Amino acid sequence: MAPLSRRFRRMTRRRGHDPAGAEPVATAPTGIEVPAAEAPVEIAPNDPLLAYLQGASGAVEIDGLDLDSRALDELRDAGVKLVVPLVSQGELIGVLNLGPRLSEQEYSSDDRKLLDSLAAHAAPALRVGQLVREQEAEAVTRQRFEQELEVARLIQQNFLPKELPDLPGWQVAAFYRPAREVGGDFYDVIPLPDGRVGFVVGDVTDKGVPAALVMSATRSVLRASAQRLVEPGTVLERVNEHLCPDMPQKMFVTCLYGVLDPQTGHLRFANAGHDVPYVKTADGVRELRARGMPLGLMPGMSYEEKETTLQPGESVLLHSDGVVEAHDAQREMFGFPRLKKTVGDAPGGQPLIDRVLTDLDQFTGPGTEQEDDITMVTLKRSSGGEGPGAPAGGRVLAEFELPSEPGGEREAMARVASAVDGLGLEPIRLERLGTAVAEATMNAMEHGNEYRVDRPVSIRVVQCPDRLLVQVSDAGQGGDLPPREAPDLEAKLEGRQAPRGWGLLLIERMVDEARVTSEGDGHTLELTLRLEGGTDAGQ
Amino acid sequence: MPANELDVAVRTKDGIAIMDLTGELDSSAEAALEAGYEEATGSGARSIVLNFAATDYINSTGIALIVGLLAQARSRGVEVKAYGLSDHYREIFEVTRLADFMTILDSETSALGGAEGDDHA
Repeated sequence: MAPLSRRFRRMTRRRGHDPAGAEPVATAPTGIEVPAAEAPVEIAPNDPLLAYLQGASGAVEIDGLDLDSRALDELRDAGVKLVVPLVSQGELIGVLNLGPRLSEQEYSSDDRKLLDSLAAHAAPALRVGQLVREQEAEAVTRQRFEQELEVARLIQQNFLPKELPDLPGWQVAAFYRPAREVGGDFYDVIPLPDGRVGFVVGDVTDKGVPAALVMSATRSVLRASAQRLVEPGTVLERVNEHLCPDMPQKMFVTCLYGVLDPQTGHLRFANAGHDVPYVKTADGVRELRARGMPLGLMPGMSYEEKETTLQPGESVLLHSDGVVEAHDAQREMFGFPRLKKTVGDAPGGQPLIDRVLTDLDQFTGPGTEQEDDITMVTLKRSSGGEGPGAPAGGRVLAEFELPSEPGGEREAMARVASAVDGLGLEPIRLERLGTAVAEATMNAMEHGNEYRVDRPVSIRVVQCPDRLLVQVSDAGQGGDLPPREAPDLEAKLEGRQAPRGWGLLLIERMVDEARVTSEGDGHTLELTLRLEGGTDAGQ
Repeated sequence: MPANELDVAVRTKDGIAIMDLTGELDSSAEAALEAGYEEATGSGARSIVLNFAATDYINSTGIALIVGLLAQARSRGVEVKAYGLSDHYREIFEVTRLADFMTILDSETSALGGAEGDDHA
């Protein structure tokens, strides 16, 4: 048998695992030294020899084959006499090619049996080897990709604000969630010397590390320019001039920059091709439009500057295109009209962000991978005494949200109780307030929010000179409150009225005043306890 | 929420069933209250005393459950009394007029002693 082993000329090996057969089957040296090794013979995926070998029951003498096959000709030219298919799990994964026996005799049936047996053992081993090599290659690629994503993520997150400013009379909230392939979204809040605050939302085209680097450069230039220049349009002009020379090909930055005076609600803004912000007003949702080209495309651009004043109770949403360009299963986009409607339906601040995310999740469907970064910044100006805003001169003792879940009213009671701890309320009044808060919270959770955990109840405790206010607001999606029917115990005991329906009665009787206000679809129940000299006014 | 679900223990004394209500009387209490009521009336008691001394929270849903229990008892001619209510919840029983349809007493002794021992007025 020794002569036989020296006859291994080469092993034809099929690389990769491609069911469509797009990749040619290539022969490659076996590693066994053969004299006069020629270039490997490649068998094209559509070569009839491939199908023939796939169906062959064992070693094939190629001299006797009559096929219109280029590979066959090449094998013959290379002096191959016998081809032994290597089949693993029904799939041809390679071939052993043998030249003529040294003795110049034909291969005997014993030889062929031995070769077939060898092929039967070699094929699975070869397959395992192929799989291991494929997996190693994939792992290396994947690891490199993940490392790059991690770098991009780090750059991105490092440059996002660590905390948001505490602006009296304003609720500021922000949200940033990168897609798996981190995009170039960013936002920034820049305190300015005169008490004003700059707000930025931007988006760099492209993804990964290049986008993250451009984003960090943009942010730095913007921060520096914002400190020195007052007008948002001039700031964007300056940033554009800085970015243009070094901007990589086909990359640019869209960016919305606004400067808010928290005292007056005055907002000046300019827009470099970014998605238009929405303002929720009492009369509906308005858009903050200003013309301007994206940054980094061309030098010498100017940016239109506009201004508006956010009135008490109004809120603005700055957002990136990751929101409106999210798709559902039918590839329909979430789109501006849906976002605009959500802005109109939701109260501003954090609840607005939560609401957009909920709507978005419902739209894209469960388990969908986020396509692009999602960034939102909202500013809400508290309303002055009307509706759910904090009244002027009031001191906000607590402001929080609770998910709508059964039993959640206990948390509301506890937090309101601790907020009013320093007011010296008589224990019995404190208990009454507790019951009223619990009932108002249950009311909001049940009727306003339909006990959906994603629809929060917002509670604000405000101390005014002569009264204590607790404002309990639902997320405003449950439609109108049910019509009020005065509970009549006699009727209930006789079965003419349902046993339930005590909540509003308890609320009214436990506090000095209770009133419902509506903002959009949302309802706020405002509870009032009269105070004397800022503390307890007794009963 | 970490709810302190209502536990209802029924004791019988001199043909009167006492239901000790421990925990929170809210929507989570419905089954326990129902079971307690069945146990109390199943013993043939013609009078039920609700002991609220260890009830630390009652909300409007809890009030509705009491209303339901009271309605059932009245239809079967079973008298219902209550004791152990804090000042706050006694006020709520008055606001809802439950106090007009069940005798509110200060202690178990008065609840068991005089059937008409109305000391809440």
